[in-house]
Amino acid sequence: MPRKPWLGVTLVAVALVLAPIVVGASLGNAWVRVLDFAALYVMLALGLNIVVGFAGLLDLGYIAFYAVGAYLYALLASPHLGLHWPVWAVLPLGALVAGVFGVLLGAPTLRLRGDYLAIVTLGFGEIIRIFLNNLNAPINITNGPKGIARIDPITLFGHPLSKPIDFLGITFSGVMLYYYLFVVLALGIVFVGIRLQDSRIGRAWVAIREDEVAAKACGINTRNIKLLAFAMGASFGGISGGLFAGFQEFVSPESFGLLESVMVLCMVVLGGMGHIPGVILGGVLLSILPEAFRHGAAPLQHALFGKVVLDPEALRMLLFGLALIAVMLYRPAGLWPEPRHRRELAK
Amino acid sequence: MDIFLQQLINGLTLGSIYALVALGYTMVYGILGLINFAHGEVVMIGALSSLTVIQSLAGSGLPGPLVVLIGLVAAAMVCMLLGFAIERIAYRPLRNAPRLAPLITAIGVSIVLQQLAMLTWGRSYHSVPALLPSDTHEIFGASFTEVQVIIVVVAALTMAGLILLVNRTRLGRAMRATAENPGIAGLMGVDANRIISLTFVIGSALAALAGVLVSANYGIAHYNMGFILGLKAFTAAVLGGIGNLAGAMVGGVLLGIIEALGAGYIGDLTGGVLGSNYQDVFAFFVLIVVLIFRPSGLMGEKVAERA
Repeated sequence: MPRKPWLGVTLVAVALVLAPIVVGASLGNAWVRVLDFAALYVMLALGLNIVVGFAGLLDLGYIAFYAVGAYLYALLASPHLGLHWPVWAVLPLGALVAGVFGVLLGAPTLRLRGDYLAIVTLGFGEIIRIFLNNLNAPINITNGPKGIARIDPITLFGHPLSKPIDFLGITFSGVMLYYYLFVVLALGIVFVGIRLQDSRIGRAWVAIREDEVAAKACGINTRNIKLLAFAMGASFGGISGGLFAGFQEFVSPESFGLLESVMVLCMVVLGGMGHIPGVILGGVLLSILPEAFRHGAAPLQHALFGKVVLDPEALRMLLFGLALIAVMLYRPAGLWPEPRHRRELAK
Repeated sequence: MDIFLQQLINGLTLGSIYALVALGYTMVYGILGLINFAHGEVVMIGALSSLTVIQSLAGSGLPGPLVVLIGLVAAAMVCMLLGFAIERIAYRPLRNAPRLAPLITAIGVSIVLQQLAMLTWGRSYHSVPALLPSDTHEIFGASFTEVQVIIVVVAALTMAGLILLVNRTRLGRAMRATAENPGIAGLMGVDANRIISLTFVIGSALAALAGVLVSANYGIAHYNMGFILGLKAFTAAVLGGIGNLAGAMVGGVLLGIIEALGAGYIGDLTGGVLGSNYQDVFAFFVLIVVLIFRPSGLMGEKVAERA
């Protein structure tokens, strides 16, 4: 612990509050949008961290829960079914339904370990995506590959967040308002995560991660505790999904591919599995760096070679893959690992 | 009835390809206990590199099957090199690391291979020139092409060869010994690292063959074709009992048939609610069911849970 924790907290708080204003003024609203997504991804990564980092259950289909939350919001608050539920009802419901899906996935796969679990969850993610893609016939539920458009924006206290507000002489654009909402919720999830980590449940998760047989022998009900990890991770994913749908005002199956699951997993792993500050770092880095790369790669190539030699999108993914390999080879515990892990590895 | 036979033929063709890919997964798993996630991408690289060779030779006047054979040899070279490199770079340094680590490097490798393939061959679907004899024949009202016969026969011969290799040769004995216990095998004079490298190389050669066959079957090749194929082949390996060669073959053929029959009948069975666009769901469904009810697969041995 730092000697003056409040100083650090205050600095972080000020930075979080000022970030969108400074970024918006200097780089434009497109970058505030990137910050919004960073906050969303941090939430997702924290949710997955419960499953992968705390409980050690490798989930490669995590984005399915994000999809469930997003589609639930889209169905309940858009002209598609003619429903316009308030966000207060939709988000908790999204968390609940995603949690139920988490248990549905978890229950049959509890006995599986490691790579097997990874493959089954991967299959589960794909099944959800295939259904989203095809459930437009015979009854049109998800509108198929076209996705659901014109979703209601998130409305708080009668004000849709997509509309700007003037406050203290500054115009807060829609993306900035969303940023504040997302950051507040992300902080809430961080808080829940930290409290969980030190709780009886959190310690049970870590015990299962380290040695399931020993954990069982210590009297931990491994089945229920693992299911709880699935359900909690999934419900965080569901909340983030709902926020995503309200923010984008559009959802389609394309946003929920395997690559997204891998991306979120990488945030957790690269940041430092099971270590909340590390996971936040991973989420922020992996959502901002690729964007910076996307904007920077083409001009850079122009400057160097006079033309675009390599497709920036492919280059971005290529570097992403290489980074995954390199981090695993040279820093297997992540960029900012849990101190306890570091000690084990130093031995 | 003719639909049944037709789908059985299609399933058998597809299944032999799955089986070839599944062998690659199962051999590596048998020896290292590792899922080589990048294996599907090796198949894709095999398909696309053979395509490049075939396209450049297509106008040379050589007979079609010979051109395909040259393409296959070239693809096998590329894939064997690739398999060797993947093991050296991404897996060997992590052999004693936690199980998650090699899985993540494997995901990294498959992303890298996919993007490299995209940069090399572009985003478009490539049509594969039909150089193999492709006349259609009929049997009991169902039709099959000569390409399909070639695929099944080649796959069967290759698998028979592999079984002989593993069960009857010195190399095969060394492979089995390493799978059993690398440390003890080492004491008996087996160079475990060399055997592991060779396993990857052999698996990759099978992947190259599968790549050539699958592109001949569908007539197209694409930088994105490896992932789903790899996933299904892995399913096949699990279905048969991962680590078990015969199991991979049985699992592959079985999965191909389940998929084809499922796609053929799902519309009728569900009264038109679900259509053949759900074909890909079957593989995952089978995977989940097998893992739940018989995690050791159809032909796998039951292993005690290691603490």
